[in-house]
Amino acid sequence: MVKKIAGKLYVSLIILFLYAPILVLIVLSFNKSKSRNKWGGFTLEWYQSLFKNDDIMTALYTTLIIAFLSAIIATIIGTAASIGMNSMKKVPRTIMMGVTNIPMLNADIVTGISLMLLFVAVNYTLGFSSVLLAHITFNIPYVILSVMPRLKQTNKNTYEAALDLGASPMKAFFKVVFPDIMPGVISGFMLAFTMSLDDFIITHFTRGAGVNTLSTKIYAETRKGIKPEMYALSTLLFVSVLLLLVIINRRNDSISKKRSM
Amino acid sequence: MVNNKLIDLINISKSYNGNVIIDDLNLYVRENEFLTFLGPSGCGKTTTLRMIGGFETPDQGKIIFDGKDITKLPPNERQLNTVFQKYALFTHMTIAENIAFGLKIKKKSKAYIDDKIKYALKLVNLEDYGNRMPDSLSGGQQQRIAIARAIVNEPKVLLLDEPLGALDLKLRQDMQYELIRLKNELGITFIYVTHDQEEALTMSDTIMVMNKGYIQQIGTPEKIYNEPENAFVADFIGESNIIGATMVRDRLVNILGANFPCVDEGFGENKPVDVVIRPEDIDLVAPEDGIITGRVTSLIFKGVHYEMDVMANGYEWLVHSTDLSPVGSEVGLKVDPFDIQIMKKPESDDEEAVVNNEQ
Repeated sequence: MVKKIAGKLYVSLIILFLYAPILVLIVLSFNKSKSRNKWGGFTLEWYQSLFKNDDIMTALYTTLIIAFLSAIIATIIGTAASIGMNSMKKVPRTIMMGVTNIPMLNADIVTGISLMLLFVAVNYTLGFSSVLLAHITFNIPYVILSVMPRLKQTNKNTYEAALDLGASPMKAFFKVVFPDIMPGVISGFMLAFTMSLDDFIITHFTRGAGVNTLSTKIYAETRKGIKPEMYALSTLLFVSVLLLLVIINRRNDSISKKRSM
Repeated sequence: MVNNKLIDLINISKSYNGNVIIDDLNLYVRENEFLTFLGPSGCGKTTTLRMIGGFETPDQGKIIFDGKDITKLPPNERQLNTVFQKYALFTHMTIAENIAFGLKIKKKSKAYIDDKIKYALKLVNLEDYGNRMPDSLSGGQQQRIAIARAIVNEPKVLLLDEPLGALDLKLRQDMQYELIRLKNELGITFIYVTHDQEEALTMSDTIMVMNKGYIQQIGTPEKIYNEPENAFVADFIGESNIIGATMVRDRLVNILGANFPCVDEGFGENKPVDVVIRPEDIDLVAPEDGIITGRVTSLIFKGVHYEMDVMANGYEWLVHSTDLSPVGSEVGLKVDPFDIQIMKKPESDDEEAVVNNEQ
């Protein structure tokens, strides 16, 4: 009995420590008072002014566009690369895996600066497209990382079976192999999307003067002092990621239920 | 059988990274035949099957199917279907969708497809399984669905790549009878790959024994078992005593110093040969009645029979008998002349893997 209570207490403490900062943030986003340690009553004022702030809205739009585009493109390239690597012989495949893993382990600042240097060296104007290219670059390894294990699990014979039953190689891939690796592709896309949303350092080095994503915008704003709008913005980001996760988890649950029927 | 040749493999060679897998293989498959490729792993049997299926291309040679050269035709354009060792069902589709896969690609009508699904499920005794997912079926059931999925396309030839390899013994035996029944009901050609000699003997019309990329012998199960052409076949198909001997003259062979009458002729006089004697063909008799005498050195009860080792004239004979002779007892060994199979001694490595295509 005591053990049970102690266990529950322990778990509660962990959750509290994990989520207390976010909870504080959410509470503050509804705080009428601008002070961080005084409750001045409930308000939606910060949310309203947030949506009226064109700069922030533009940054949000840019962030989402870059996250979406870079995730989509990285997913396509990464999935294709995984398929190619999967059919390689063992030694070249291990080497390729190593090569694709390095950018993930590399410090963001190094990746950021080297990308910037590259763009400058080839006279590529920094701006929206350079940020997009940079995001695609650092997203590809994450896609490969989540697609590869799925591909290795799939029975190689299913592709051959589809060919055997008369499907063209293209059709066999999309009807049989792709549905099999779909969960890996989706989680790769999600991972890439999140990484892109999350990124500050690489964006910071590869963006031009006019381009701002949310993270670079928040950074610029906080240098002038943190405004309550930022709490509201961060709360919205947190809630959307949370919703996304819930949706994906439920989807996976219903798939596994259908399977075990 | 006077059936037509349906598939003809002509001078097929294949190697991977310089390793020769198949060397100049010639083989034909007749219509309506149950042909089994039998051999140890790495003997080239699966590679041969995959070349017929279109998943591998031979380095040299031609594959003729129904009069047409299909050597370079991709698998989706060949009129044959394959059942894979690991079932290879599409796990995200229901059983019915799996079976319908090939028919949908051929753009058959819905009524036709539904009919076919029903027919195929009935054929493999899984009538009510159409809406289930493959993962919820047992291994044996999945394998039967894989067969159903292949045969709804009405192939002229069904290729089976060790389809029973992953099943347990009892299920494997049941499925063997199931396959023979299917083959007779469908009236199509089956090409079957296995390393299990018992499976091959039970089901096949014709067995091709392979080793190291060469055909060792092609023939009916009876012929392969009773008249193995070389030591490899004799050893691979069941247990046997393979002994170096000398052919004294026609119908008399000297084995380990004792003269045994036999029925073979034409090997010449005083020529070295190999003889094969199946353990169940050796009769244990009183010492004075035997052609040679020996002493029982070990005895194991196997259920149907006793397995005994008998030391006689410097060779340990493997004997299967329903009569028991205790360890240490002295026995006579006798072999009926027609139970002695004489084989020419291989004179070179090449000849050991002799290519012999008499069907």
